[in-house]
Amino acid sequence: MSEFPSQDVDLVVVGAGPAGLAAAISAKKSGIQDLVVIERNDWLGGILPQCIHDGFGLELFKEQLTGPEYAQRYIDELKEMSISCMLNSMVLEITPEKKVFVASPKGLLCFSAKGIVLAMGCRERTRGQICIPGTRPAGVYTAGVAQNLINLKNVMVGKDIVILGSGDIGLIMARRLTLEGAKVHAVVEILPHTNGLPRNIQQCLIDYDIPLLLSHTVTEIHGQNRVEAVTISPVDEDLKPIRGKEKKIQCDTLLLSIGLIPENDLSRNFGVKLSPVTGGSMVDETLETSVQGVFACGNALHVHDVVDFVTLEAEKAGKSAAEYVLGKTQKVERIPVEAGDGIRYVLPCSIHPGVDLELSIRVICPGENVAIGFFDGRKLVKTQKFRKVHPAQMIKIKMKGSETSAINSLKVEVLRK
Amino acid sequence: MTAILIIALPYLFLSIKVNKARLTMDNKSDVLVIGAGVIGCAIARELSRFKIKITLLEKEVDVGSGVSKGNSGVLHTGLYYSKGSLKAKLCVEGRLMFPALAKQLDVPYRLCGKHVIARTEEELEDLKDLKAVGEGNGVEGLTIISGEELKKREPRLDALYALYSPVAGIFPPYLFTIALAENALNNDVKIHVNTKVSAIKQANGGYKVTTNQGDFYTTFVVNSAGLYADKISAMVGLDDYKLYPCRGEYLLLDKTCGDLVSSMVYPVPPKIAGVLGVHLTPTIDGNIMIGPTEEFIDSREDTRTTREKIEELVEGAKDLLPPIPINQIIYGFAAVRSKITPPEEKTSRDFIIREELENFINMIGMESPGLTSSPAIAKLIVQMVKKRMDLKEKADFNPIRKRTKPFNEASKTEQAALIKADPAYGEIVCRCEQVSKREVLDALDNPISEKTVSAVKYRTRAGMGRCHGGFCLPKIVEILKEEYGVPPEEIKLKNLDSSLFIGKTKGLRESEKK
Repeated sequence: MSEFPSQDVDLVVVGAGPAGLAAAISAKKSGIQDLVVIERNDWLGGILPQCIHDGFGLELFKEQLTGPEYAQRYIDELKEMSISCMLNSMVLEITPEKKVFVASPKGLLCFSAKGIVLAMGCRERTRGQICIPGTRPAGVYTAGVAQNLINLKNVMVGKDIVILGSGDIGLIMARRLTLEGAKVHAVVEILPHTNGLPRNIQQCLIDYDIPLLLSHTVTEIHGQNRVEAVTISPVDEDLKPIRGKEKKIQCDTLLLSIGLIPENDLSRNFGVKLSPVTGGSMVDETLETSVQGVFACGNALHVHDVVDFVTLEAEKAGKSAAEYVLGKTQKVERIPVEAGDGIRYVLPCSIHPGVDLELSIRVICPGENVAIGFFDGRKLVKTQKFRKVHPAQMIKIKMKGSETSAINSLKVEVLRK
Repeated sequence: MTAILIIALPYLFLSIKVNKARLTMDNKSDVLVIGAGVIGCAIARELSRFKIKITLLEKEVDVGSGVSKGNSGVLHTGLYYSKGSLKAKLCVEGRLMFPALAKQLDVPYRLCGKHVIARTEEELEDLKDLKAVGEGNGVEGLTIISGEELKKREPRLDALYALYSPVAGIFPPYLFTIALAENALNNDVKIHVNTKVSAIKQANGGYKVTTNQGDFYTTFVVNSAGLYADKISAMVGLDDYKLYPCRGEYLLLDKTCGDLVSSMVYPVPPKIAGVLGVHLTPTIDGNIMIGPTEEFIDSREDTRTTREKIEELVEGAKDLLPPIPINQIIYGFAAVRSKITPPEEKTSRDFIIREELENFINMIGMESPGLTSSPAIAKLIVQMVKKRMDLKEKADFNPIRKRTKPFNEASKTEQAALIKADPAYGEIVCRCEQVSKREVLDALDNPISEKTVSAVKYRTRAGMGRCHGGFCLPKIVEILKEEYGVPPEEIKLKNLDSSLFIGKTKGLRESEKK
């Protein structure tokens, strides 16, 4: 006897960003009628409504959409399909028995779900996590928070800006702030290469004469109450600041675009196995996590660079979840997939040999004319060549069932020239 | 349904706003306390038992803005202080008083115990010395345990021996300070924040205290100015004191590391005055704190963190507990302590608590264990005031203070009842710490501090989690705008000079056109 309403449901989708929307639509198309999407914000579309720049949808629609436009297509479809959504509702806890506890101003609810899709998105790495020394004044923002504040709340964060990190949101914000009349003094990147998409480097920095300082980092924040300056230093090969080469830049704002972390507090707490590399769930080729009937997709699984891929992945998760709920899946033996030399990660983490599938791969370093090899033990089973690879650009490789049917393990690595 | 109401009613009652009694024009008091750190607040609250007028002045915009919020948050046992010292006496007394006080003030705490670990046979001798000192000071239950026994309690720790103190505890020092201040306020103490003392003169048998907010007249002054106690003392001609600012830096680990240790873990203290060494402290909220460092610095306001000390903390933590996951650091901070012991001295000097002029008490060098001692210091000050003034107990002194019930501390059943009674409980503003809008609203409505983002943070934990405000900051900005009509350029991070924004968007373009 519990003191709050409890409800049986076939499928719960956690999050109504691009991943949650696509997963829900796909699950319904695959035959699930009884499903609910739970969203903690009071809008649908997740981060997209604050992404007012264009470049979304090139892959899926062959169109240049803005974030809100891209989101709207899925929001409309969701509404047409009468999929139930709870806004302003926070999932507090998920149990291994797939009970989902949700708080909203309307009350506390408990769903007993047959299947769950985890689509919580990601959060930004903060100043504390990379231990930037110095004072703790107002004026230090992560790029996504600044984007939210400027585009959704219409407040201006500052006028003399330094951006640490060349992630895509940082680049987009360099342009956005410039258009707002602020001066972006530099984008500072600790690595010897940029972390954002090449098109963003061109369109957001080069086109606006914003200096990009590679192999540099911020080594101190100054200003007791509001940021007054930052110290930047070049770094050596081990990414350690080189002493004596520091330079102070006067500014009132430091923006951080230093990485995104899949949001998996809920998943961790109910025993979903997480990858220490991606921060997301360990999934098989159906996107099922280590907990049966629980699927993951989008930036909660691994951080994507293009939203179209989030959608595609989420559609697959929604379909898999539907098949699970409808009892169409069978238990099969899977073989592990491993990231070898030069590869930061490969998803999925395990596969069913003999099934057509697509691998998502990120390399560690940029390179030209790179060959990626697929090994079963020491045996090379497949090679694929790329004119250019970049850590900021996810590589998608399709494998036919015939290519994997006879293998016992799969390791992906960059082949030495 | 009835069950829900019964559970919900007390919370409804508790969320009724505290009476705002501050900033009346009344500038006359019997006792004026300078400095609203934990000790100043404890003194004001203890004095508020009596039928006298009390004023508490604070130069910052909130109470507990200095080292009272930037320390280990430890209820110390009394191991380190020489017998007969004020530190030894007040620490033990204060610790014994704390649990009852914490219950009255609704401050969470846990007596998690503490292990001082020895990695060599020589260090065992140090443990024996500490144990003897502690026992001399009246510390109960001290035992030296073997490495194997330690391993059973703290499986990740390797040591030969450990000195175990079962009575050591942890609590959030900022919540304790705020609770003392709120309770003092409810018992008619006048608290003035953003009020900086610039001069003190003897006048009409008492004192005239000049501040940026005007003059205050009082019979009795208690100098509880912490880091600036020497400066306040000099204002009445007692200029022999020199305080040495000493910075302590900390790192905070994510809650996912919360089970690394269940008790406090200290090394054998290095042989430097008043230094305990880098230690690991679990927090009541489930994080682990690493620190502090010890560094004598020139400027009292210099609360920077530094590359060198961050590295020292990382090394120190790895030395105590090698598998410590450094990539799980979520925040670093620092505070400056007021030491009266010069850097070159090997032993730590005692607290100075003296009525040095008639009706003027100086408290100098109130470093660790000042937090633990604060309830006992407050009692001591009352005794000292009593010698000069007739203190009659109030019949209506209310020792009880309740905070807004934190959503994340409630059971699911309680959460359901909380939301039913007040839908603002169902709106989660801080995702990491699961802080509800009700708690945020009550923090903004608090009767002491300006409406800053930090005031919310220290009262509710919104923004203290792993995303460090990424989720809640835009929401708090929205609440300030919608519910309180605060324009963006007036939203402050931590004090009146820390504006978060320069105005609305398009503002820069507009001003360009002009």
